[in-house]
Amino acid sequence: MGLATSRRGFLRAASGLLVAVALPLKTRAQDAAAEAAVPAAPAVPPGAFIHVAPDDTVTVIVKHIEFGQGPLTGLATLVAEEMDADWSQMRGALAHADDALYANLAFGMQGTGGSTALGNSFLQMRGAGAAVRQMLVETAAEAWGVPPAEIAVARGRISHPSGRDSGFGAFAQAAAQRPVPAETPLKPPEHWVLIGTDLPKLDTAEKSDGRAQFTLDLYPEGVQVVVIERPRSFGATVKSWDDADARQVAGVRAIRQLPQGIAVYADSTFAALKARAALKVEWDLSAAETRTSQALMAEMTAAAREAGRTVEESGDLSGLDAPGVTLLQAEYSFPYLAHAPMETLDGVITLSDGRAEAWYGCQFPGLDRPAIARTLGLPVEAVTVHVMLAGGSFGRRAQGSAHFAIELAEVAKAGGNGSYKLMWTREDDIRGGYYRPMTVHRLRGAITPDGRIAAWENVIANQSIVAGTAMEMMMQDGLDPTAYEGSINLPWTFGGHRVAWRRVDGKVPVLWWRSVGSTHTTMATETFLDELLEAVGKDPVQGRLDLLRPDATRERAVIEAVRDLAGWQGSKQGDRGYGVAFAKSFGTYVAQIVEVESRDGQPHVTRAWCAVDCGIPVNPNIIRAQMEGGIGFGLGAILHSTITLGENGAVQEGNFDDYPTLRISEMPQVEVTIIRSDEAPTGVGEPGVPPIGPAVANAWRALTGQRTRALPMIQAGGVV
Amino acid sequence: MTTITINGTQRTLDIDPDTPLLWVLRDELRLTGTKFGCGVAQCGACTVMLNGTPRRSCVTPVGMIEGADVTTIEGMAGREFDAIQAAWRALDVPQCGWCQSGQVMSATMLLQQLPAPSDQQIDEAMAGNACRCATYHRIRAAIHDAARTLEG
Repeated sequence: MGLATSRRGFLRAASGLLVAVALPLKTRAQDAAAEAAVPAAPAVPPGAFIHVAPDDTVTVIVKHIEFGQGPLTGLATLVAEEMDADWSQMRGALAHADDALYANLAFGMQGTGGSTALGNSFLQMRGAGAAVRQMLVETAAEAWGVPPAEIAVARGRISHPSGRDSGFGAFAQAAAQRPVPAETPLKPPEHWVLIGTDLPKLDTAEKSDGRAQFTLDLYPEGVQVVVIERPRSFGATVKSWDDADARQVAGVRAIRQLPQGIAVYADSTFAALKARAALKVEWDLSAAETRTSQALMAEMTAAAREAGRTVEESGDLSGLDAPGVTLLQAEYSFPYLAHAPMETLDGVITLSDGRAEAWYGCQFPGLDRPAIARTLGLPVEAVTVHVMLAGGSFGRRAQGSAHFAIELAEVAKAGGNGSYKLMWTREDDIRGGYYRPMTVHRLRGAITPDGRIAAWENVIANQSIVAGTAMEMMMQDGLDPTAYEGSINLPWTFGGHRVAWRRVDGKVPVLWWRSVGSTHTTMATETFLDELLEAVGKDPVQGRLDLLRPDATRERAVIEAVRDLAGWQGSKQGDRGYGVAFAKSFGTYVAQIVEVESRDGQPHVTRAWCAVDCGIPVNPNIIRAQMEGGIGFGLGAILHSTITLGENGAVQEGNFDDYPTLRISEMPQVEVTIIRSDEAPTGVGEPGVPPIGPAVANAWRALTGQRTRALPMIQAGGVV
Repeated sequence: MTTITINGTQRTLDIDPDTPLLWVLRDELRLTGTKFGCGVAQCGACTVMLNGTPRRSCVTPVGMIEGADVTTIEGMAGREFDAIQAAWRALDVPQCGWCQSGQVMSATMLLQQLPAPSDQQIDEAMAGNACRCATYHRIRAAIHDAARTLEG
């Protein structure tokens, strides 16, 4: 196993000895469900996805960025399965930016997001693997003078009953000369030997001993380190600046004004940082957002008290006003959240006489590459983007605005020919915007005297993530589904229900944050549902099962599975509270139960149980890892995280001291069970996140009676 | 001029003494396994071994450690380190990987001090190492695994 350090390095090392194979025009899946769910792959020219080297190693060129969620291993698994390769011979490398070859079939351009990497690749990568296998078999058959049908392939060996036996590498060069099969059958699921097993990840060893190479680790000849002094208020511009002191710092090469702020170019990182600290910049706030979070939240709350625009409605809502009903109402407020990936935004760019080459954790190559070209006034073909391993993203690198790509290009444009390494510090990151949108939910639920939930209404107010960006095409008739996803298509049967959205425009840049709308919709709906169930005297688990639509079989299965895994006995046992929550996001069904105790009057989660149905589980090891990580990521946010705008709209937080992240001492023991399924595989990068918040809040309420209406649960002044 | 020993080799550096050790390791010596995460000793991604104990290199001016013995992830060796590496691989601990050099450094030094740490001792020793992917569950399990292999 292993990680090819970079595609370029890989190609150099193996130059001239590669089999470069195209996709077959058509693949034939035996699993009809998977076939129906995945769009057809376009035909692509040779060299796209698989390289077989003379030493038998098979390198899969992975079109999705790897930042921990596992596509490097997942996509290599699909190829290895159909090639009948041995896992030990597999390698992975990240594809460079090229929409024609590497489009996400769910997006129509190259990009990673929405937990789509494995799903959109499921047939495409298997098809590529099957084609290569067939070409190798035909080549061996010709060489051995036997019919292809008599040849077997298993664990990376090609063999014939006559005793002939070979690895892949010996036939690689000749196989590359053969035509790509027009149609290749795929293995039926009952013949899978790798899909569905706990294969070790291809990038673990290099990430455990410091060898894995990330963007910041690149040092091209003569590279200048660049940091930018940025405004503290969103939308502020430079009024004046004084760099007299900054220029005195040894190692400073230049200080230049860019649209993003004042950029320091230096020979070393420390020189750049020291000079930036010595800059004096006055900012013009006339076009800036200068309101505080408190003022913005007041605006958002007022908006949620309006009717909003209906996005889903069914049944009879009169129950909300009928005599004799008990009406429950709640308002939930959600703060801005920063993603704070461990590796801040960074990029390397080399400009040389009309060509640009960039290396960074590029999540949307399909948008970034043209943005770099536009900024530099170059044709797209003159721009090469190498996708690097990235130290987390959680949505931060998936930029509809391509703002980082543009900034990187601006750095090079101002600097001229040369190499530049642009680095954001942690403060730049935390204060840099592109937050999970501040959001308010206003919920109303009516309970009839005979104990039924007669009506449900949810009005959501927040800023659109996609409006006004290159992702605007996601808007549907003026509605941004990412603003309220997770609040509609709920599996519960209410008498009548209405969900509405009130768009509130603003100047604070917002972005998707791991699980996007479901970061807030699931928190609001699943805690409110718990309160309604309590009001009608139902157990949180059984009450949910009773409310499920009859056709909600996958929802039922995960809730029952987590109930059994946790040994659910009710929501309070002695000094421990238990809470449950369910969410379907990105096509994946997840139910979680947590055990919570009070430590110094604050919630401490001791255990978490999780049941997940993501269709065919390609790599259970990665699925479990993503559920564990999703639980930890979501837990840190609901316990600790808030971005606060203070005086002049300046962000108050700046680093992990005032924007705390979950620590190991707060990480619960996690048990995960995966539902067996032959449905098309769906993603796991995000769906572990949504249920954890409401599960904890429900457990805390069961334990203490305190409701969670605002986040984070733990603030400087204690539990709110 | 500052002289320090890094991974067993003595280095004399003509450098601004205020420069944090982190940037000396990375920019000057190209020892890039040590990562930048916060710059203020809040995340542990830059953890190195300084005279045998964990140290956040991002807040350690190189001029303050004249004569010190520094080991980075690239220079780590020994039975505790090997056991940690094996356990990290066996449990597929890393996700994005950015913080893992620091996690491995802290975990190795923990086992050097305490061959069989409890959950609580692990939590205390590792509390300064943040992981946004929240691989903590596997970090804890991997440290226990490594400790068991050292016993046997």
